[in-house]
Amino acid sequence: MDDSPLVVVEGLRFSRGDREIFRGVDMTIPRGKITAIMGPSGSGKTTLLKLIGGQLTPDAGRVMIDGEDIHAQSRKKLFTLRRRMGMLFQSGALFSDLSVFENVAFPLRVHTDLPEAMIRDVVLMKLEAVGLRGARELMPAELSGGMARRVALARALALDPELIFYDEPFVGQDPISMGVLVQLIRRVNDALGLTAVVVSHDIKETLSIADYVYVIADGKVMAHGTPESLNVDQDPRVSQFMHGEPDGPVPFHYPADDFHKDMLNAGVKR
Amino acid sequence: MITRITRLGRRGCDLVEALGRAGMFLGQSLVGRPSGEGVKLWLRQMHFIGVLSLAIILVSGLFIGMVLALQGYTILVDFGAEDALGQMVSLSLLRELAPVVAALLFAGRAGSALTAEIGLMKATEQLSSMEMIGVDPLKRVVAPRLWAGFVSLPLLTVGFSVIGIWGGHLVGVEWLGVYEGSYWGNMQASVDFVDDIGNGMLKSLVFALVVTWIAVFQGYDLVPTSEGISRATTRTVVYSSLAVLGLDFVLTALMFGEMG
Amino acid sequence: MKRSKMMEFGVGLFMLAGILGVIFLGLSVSGMAFNGGKETYTLQANFANIGGLKPRARVTMAGVTVGRVEDVELDTEWFDARVTLALDSRLEGQLSRDTTAAILTSGLLGEQYIGLSVGGDPETLADGDTISDTQSALVLEELIQQFVANMAQD
Repeated sequence: MDDSPLVVVEGLRFSRGDREIFRGVDMTIPRGKITAIMGPSGSGKTTLLKLIGGQLTPDAGRVMIDGEDIHAQSRKKLFTLRRRMGMLFQSGALFSDLSVFENVAFPLRVHTDLPEAMIRDVVLMKLEAVGLRGARELMPAELSGGMARRVALARALALDPELIFYDEPFVGQDPISMGVLVQLIRRVNDALGLTAVVVSHDIKETLSIADYVYVIADGKVMAHGTPESLNVDQDPRVSQFMHGEPDGPVPFHYPADDFHKDMLNAGVKR
Repeated sequence: MITRITRLGRRGCDLVEALGRAGMFLGQSLVGRPSGEGVKLWLRQMHFIGVLSLAIILVSGLFIGMVLALQGYTILVDFGAEDALGQMVSLSLLRELAPVVAALLFAGRAGSALTAEIGLMKATEQLSSMEMIGVDPLKRVVAPRLWAGFVSLPLLTVGFSVIGIWGGHLVGVEWLGVYEGSYWGNMQASVDFVDDIGNGMLKSLVFALVVTWIAVFQGYDLVPTSEGISRATTRTVVYSSLAVLGLDFVLTALMFGEMG
Repeated sequence: MKRSKMMEFGVGLFMLAGILGVIFLGLSVSGMAFNGGKETYTLQANFANIGGLKPRARVTMAGVTVGRVEDVELDTEWFDARVTLALDSRLEGQLSRDTTAAILTSGLLGEQYIGLSVGGDPETLADGDTISDTQSALVLEELIQQFVANMAQD
């Protein structure tokens, strides 16, 4: 297999309104591995995925996917490039007007000319892999959150992508479906040799499947390395995050004036 | 003072930017050749936008025709001109009321539903996931809805006029006793197919473009939260109503202005 | 699958109803069958004053509509109004040369229209001919002026 990294992010800057979300992010994502991007809530992890997927355009810097600058493509080429990617959204993002079967069949129908019987075979195969072959007639509204995410995974895998993004796959899951998902992501990756990017703040689960980890905070890459090396990292900010301590260099309080002054001021103004 | 002027300037820039985005949005959605799949999607939207709006349009049309006949009769009878009732009912419906009222009802019934539907698809990341699958939501989600709106409203306007004229007949002829021959005869003598019916249809086509465009763009461009959806839905109804009424004046001035 | 067939049927019905509606408006409401579907021929008539006569006004004979006013313009030779009439072609070659055209008003305040009445001349008007015997519109102000003038003389 090709040794060059599949995704390279260089000097990425992005701001929304007056708020700067990324101030120069550099990253390389190796082929055939699971790379985790971690960071506290609100650090723009989902935004980063959207930038890599070409849904948002950065203010500066570039994202190269297999040697092609994704933001320099025409709309048409961008959509062709995206066929090689799959993305699992936080909410599952199943099409609410299509059944489970049709949701998984959707990418096949729009991008291939396979006969109906073949589509059926592929869809059932993918649904079997996530253990939901029996739920194919249900509508998305009838699924639990964990099931919806598994269907979405089957859909993301329908076209056998090279690169798959997982956006917060573990958020709001009960322990059982969380375990199922963790296992599924690892298994899928080993079986298909995919390149995966997992965005998450669930430390334990993510570390158990990731090959390499990036930690972002304050719009920058704060630390990166293998899970083992990060676990013993001496940087107080990294260790606070990795061990889930409530207060530390990453403050518990949102930036504000001194508490006492604030209380007194309120009285004066009135 | 300076901050006020700055704020005004920013408002202006935002407005121009929004208009530009809306224009690009319309262009990107409509350019491209139709496919078999597209026709299917269009048919589905015709059902939701057109067929399901039929009931409210027809009932309103009937009542408006009946009220027109009733009001018109009481005015015309003073001049002994109740024979002109058919002319009055048909001209006011064809030129003004059918295109305008149908467009306003359409904005409330179909426009707000379009905004909310697309907005919800955006909020639940369905549009993003479609993009990541490599399907352009502008083509797949937006375009069929735009085309369905463009076709539906003129058809609904025709229905509105027909049932309104029939409602006028019901009240004027059957109830108030206007002579049937003069109701239809005066109508036929004064209504011109191109000038009145054609211009009315042209108006309704323009309204269809504007209302559907506003509704779909508001849905596509909204802030994906529950508050954002409710605000965008309100904006759809307010903006399209204002646009319809304003454009109606401009179009009326252009079409019927120099005829007087 | 069955549901989508129903939907297609519904949409088809909706569009058919729309098209039938346009046909109804065309035939029954604008009376297309009369002026659009049938052939017409034109006659000219000069009036000293046309009052409020407008294009598309009715042209009647014995109260029956037989055509429309097609155009109204100023004749710069005589400085009177030149009115072009489009008449049902069934009447072509039937109207005598001394047919009169008068501008009449329907009701007290109603719209103005042209009434034709046939004379006795054996020769008839052909397409493009001019009706010479015309009667102008009654202008209320002129009538009142005349009335006042007569009163003053008495």
